Amino acid sequence: MVTLRLIPLVLCWLAFDIATSAFAIEDSQIVLASTTSTENSGLLQFLLPAFQSRTGIRVHVIAIGSGQAIRLAKNGDADVLLVHHKNSEEKLVAEGHALSRHKVMYNDYIIVGPQNDPASLSNIKDATKALRRIATAQALFVSRGDYSGTHMAERKLWREAHINVDAAHSWYRETGSGMGAALNLANGMGAYTVVDRATWLAFQNKGTLTILSSGDPKMRNQYTVLAVNPGRHPHVQAAAAKLFVKWITSPEAQKLISHYKISGEQLFYPNAPEVIE
Amino acid sequence: MGEISAAVAAAIHLVVTLDSDLVEIVLLSLNVNCSSVTLASLLGLPLGASLAVFNFFGRRTIIMITSALMGLPPVVVGLFVYLLLSRSGPMGVFGLLYTPTAMIIAQVILITPIITALTHQAIEDLWKEYREQLISLGAGPTRALTTLLWEARFTLTTAVLAGLGRATAEVGAVMIVGGNIEHLTRVMTTTISLETSKGNLTLALGLGMILVMMSIAVNASVFIIRDSVRRDPK
Repeated sequence: MVTLRLIPLVLCWLAFDIATSAFAIEDSQIVLASTTSTENSGLLQFLLPAFQSRTGIRVHVIAIGSGQAIRLAKNGDADVLLVHHKNSEEKLVAEGHALSRHKVMYNDYIIVGPQNDPASLSNIKDATKALRRIATAQALFVSRGDYSGTHMAERKLWREAHINVDAAHSWYRETGSGMGAALNLANGMGAYTVVDRATWLAFQNKGTLTILSSGDPKMRNQYTVLAVNPGRHPHVQAAAAKLFVKWITSPEAQKLISHYKISGEQLFYPNAPEVIE
Repeated sequence: MGEISAAVAAAIHLVVTLDSDLVEIVLLSLNVNCSSVTLASLLGLPLGASLAVFNFFGRRTIIMITSALMGLPPVVVGLFVYLLLSRSGPMGVFGLLYTPTAMIIAQVILITPIITALTHQAIEDLWKEYREQLISLGAGPTRALTTLLWEARFTLTTAVLAGLGRATAEVGAVMIVGGNIEHLTRVMTTTISLETSKGNLTLALGLGMILVMMSIAVNASVFIIRDSVRRDPK
């Protein structure tokens, strides 16, 4: 009977052995810290197999907000970034944590809300005007509140609309969560929110939410790729990261990006190669 | 109700077709959870028993702190382990961040207090009962410790299962230190979280049901083994 008692223990040890041996870090892999939109929309799953079959490099995607992705880069915990917040990217390069920024693609932010549209946005193009209407109607608005690229873009819009949302506790709700969670919340509360078009098109729990404002040129959402600076963080997979930057801005990858569609709609518009600085 | 029945259907479909992604995720979950529980038991069982048997300065404080640590928030543990394993952290040179090993480390920190506190409770009662007997038989402290652990083995399975339950349920810590990387550190709970954020609530709930089934299966097998051993004393 003693042997029987030992079975679970032995199983556990076997499991432990597998856990510690099979996942040793190999050289031909990089950690890509990326915004949730590129992962949740399925773009990376569509793109990365092509990169892996061409180079043999495996890309481990950590999908987080741009703010957190930049934090990871500063700590040297990622090899390459795919993010969408110009100011913090520029700061990262200036501080020497990342090499140059390269444009990859863009899409746009849109404002979604409940179909009955209590703030009467009725497909108004001007985003600041739309936000002012939400504020006037004191209609519920869900903010990401997580310093992600989308959150910071949304805050900038409120500033441009001259509305101090920090004082608007009755209708401005900061959730401190990812885009998907914020959309789930907006759907549940019948609230408005700002979302990037890719996440919106791929999102499957839209419920009564619908697009109520889009097409404003200042709602453009630019994605850039940056390799983490090996001079500052010597352990990074610099060569592989450089290859990734080169590949995702190459005609091959750019063409793939333009071919990625959900229900016939294109999610991202490639705009490389253009080294910004 | 429509969503829930759709979730049941999704769960059944995934299980029946033996979806290869699901199998991979389930295996990694079992792997990480079992490893964490094994390591936490190796630490927690002797530690808990020692706290019950040995009398030393600061014992009561340690017992109190251990009990309090049972309520450690997984996110805090995740952050702590992240800062530890980050390249700019004290253990950064090992490159363990975003590996299953990092997830195991975080879970061991979460679970060990639970197993230690529950073991302490079980052994303390037993020690009161058998103290005189063990001492009169000439058992030294180490001998007393192993005897007590052995005698309490059936009660202690509950302590270990409580640890396993915590490991199975938590998502905050493994999300931060594992990164939810596909084919590498994606486990059941982080997948559920991801699918929820994609708005794929049916699949998320279906996966949740599979997770509960897994948990029931593990607990059931432990109970069956325990009972068969009980009924069949040597």
